[in-house]
Formats: sequence, C-alpha cells, structure tokens
Amino acid sequence: MLAGILFALGLAGLLVRRNLIFILMSIEIMLNAAGLAFVAAGARWGRADGQVMFIFILAMAASEVSVGLALVLQLYRQNKSLDTDMTSEMRG
Amino acid sequence: MNAITFYIAAVIAVVTSLLVITRKSAVHALLYLALSLIAIAVIFYDLDAPFIAALEVIIYAGSIIVLFIFVVMMLNLGKRAVQAEAKLLEPRMWIGPIILAAILLGEIAYLLVTGNTGALAAHTISPREVGMALYGPYLVGVELSSMLLLAALVGAYHLGSQKRPYPETQDGSGEHTTGADAGRNSVRTGTSRPAGAA
Repeated sequence: MLAGILFALGLAGLLVRRNLIFILMSIEIMLNAAGLAFVAAGARWGRADGQVMFIFILAMAASEVSVGLALVLQLYRQNKSLDTDMTSEMRG
Repeated sequence: MNAITFYIAAVIAVVTSLLVITRKSAVHALLYLALSLIAIAVIFYDLDAPFIAALEVIIYAGSIIVLFIFVVMMLNLGKRAVQAEAKLLEPRMWIGPIILAAILLGEIAYLLVTGNTGALAAHTISPREVGMALYGPYLVGVELSSMLLLAALVGAYHLGSQKRPYPETQDGSGEHTTGADAGRNSVRTGTSRPAGAA
C-alpha cells in the first residue's frame, strides 16, 4: 500500500510539474515504489526473487537517469529552458 | 515491535516525496528526494533486506543524487540560483530535512541496538541467496542489464558531449569535423559557447 501511495505521488509529480528535472525525480520516486513493492513481496513469501528484481530496477534506474540527464543538458543548451512545453515545439 | 519503525519510515517517505514534488527550487527537492530514498532504505532494513538497503543508499542516495546535483549545478540558472543559494543557507531551510533525518537516524540506531529486524518478513534473505538466484535462473537478466548499462554509458556520453556540428553549421564552419573528434574538441571549448549560440 505504501508502494501504491509513493507511485501515485510520483505519477502526480510527473503530471503536475513542468520542469524536466522534477519529472526525472518523479520517475525516480515511481521506480522506487515499484522496487519497494518487489522487495516487500519477496519478503512476504521469503523468496530472493524480489530482491533480484530490485537489483534490475536499480540498474535500469541508473542508466535511465544518466541518459535522461544528458538529454536534459542537451535540451537546455538548445532551449535555455527546462520547460517541457517549449520542448513540444521541437522539429528537425 | 518494529512495525512501528516501519510505519514511521513509511510516513517519512510519503511526506518527503510529497515535498519533492511541491518544492520550487530543484536543490530543495533533491534534498528531500535523498531523504525519501534513505527512508525507503530504512523500510528495506525493516523488511529484512539489509543488502538491498545498502544498495539503495549506495546507488540511489549516493550516485543518482550526485548525478542530479551535478546537472543542477551545470544548468546553473543564473541570478535566481544565486538567490536560492542564499536562501538555502538560512537555518529555516534546514529545519525540515534535519528533523526528518534525525528521526530516521534514531530509527536506525534503535534497530541496530535492539537488533530485531525482520518481524515483517518470513525469514531473512541473505545476500548469498540473492546472488544464487541472480546468477542462477536470472542469468539472462544479468546479461541484459549489462547490455543496458553499456548502452546507457555510450548514450550518455554521446548526448553529453557538447555540440554535434549541426547547430552551428549555418555558417558552415564546423561541418567536416565529425564523430569523436568533434565531441572531444568541443567539450573543451563548448562551455562558453551556448551563451552566444542562443
């Protein structure tokens, strides 16, 4: 249930904020919530699978954040802004 | 008994997450995000997964937060950031994080002293068990995540290297510097360029 609340918070942050940094943070919160659900389920049934899944989520979150932040830097250099609404005007 | 610590940590995680998505300044939000991650680490400790708790602190609260902070520093939003920094030094800004962190510290100390973790879990899952599962049935997943990390490394390098030629080829200057050379040259010169390029 806590994982659900955290996931909902992250989703709300994702929808409400218009700043790319905050959107990435919200994605972190959501990934954390998913990992928490996995670990809690693994602890509930006494299996190691949940923790294995959490390690995968961790690897994915790390790579996702690095690529995402690189994209943010690139967008900031081009737009001078972190607003996602400006990014919607992107065209080749 | 440590259902209490679980609930305290859970409340802290929810509150800090709420604060993350409502702060105006990115640095404050990062501060609270770090606290949220640490609270979740305490929850993992309560769930009798100390290995995962350590990983959470090391990788999330360590590297990912540092990555965020570096990017916020590099973006460096000018005068507004300076004002925010000045505000950050006021003690009022530190009260919230300090109180929450102190509660978490007290919880960790309590758990370490009493040593009764795992009331919420069926039995302790040791890192050895996790490792056996990881390299047993999940070997394909390990390989896949290694490929994912490699792709992320290459992708982040490529995206982070400054200025592919095309934004400034209107004057045709940097047209035939391609590939790695262009990236490497402009990493050095590029930091002062975006002000003029905009």
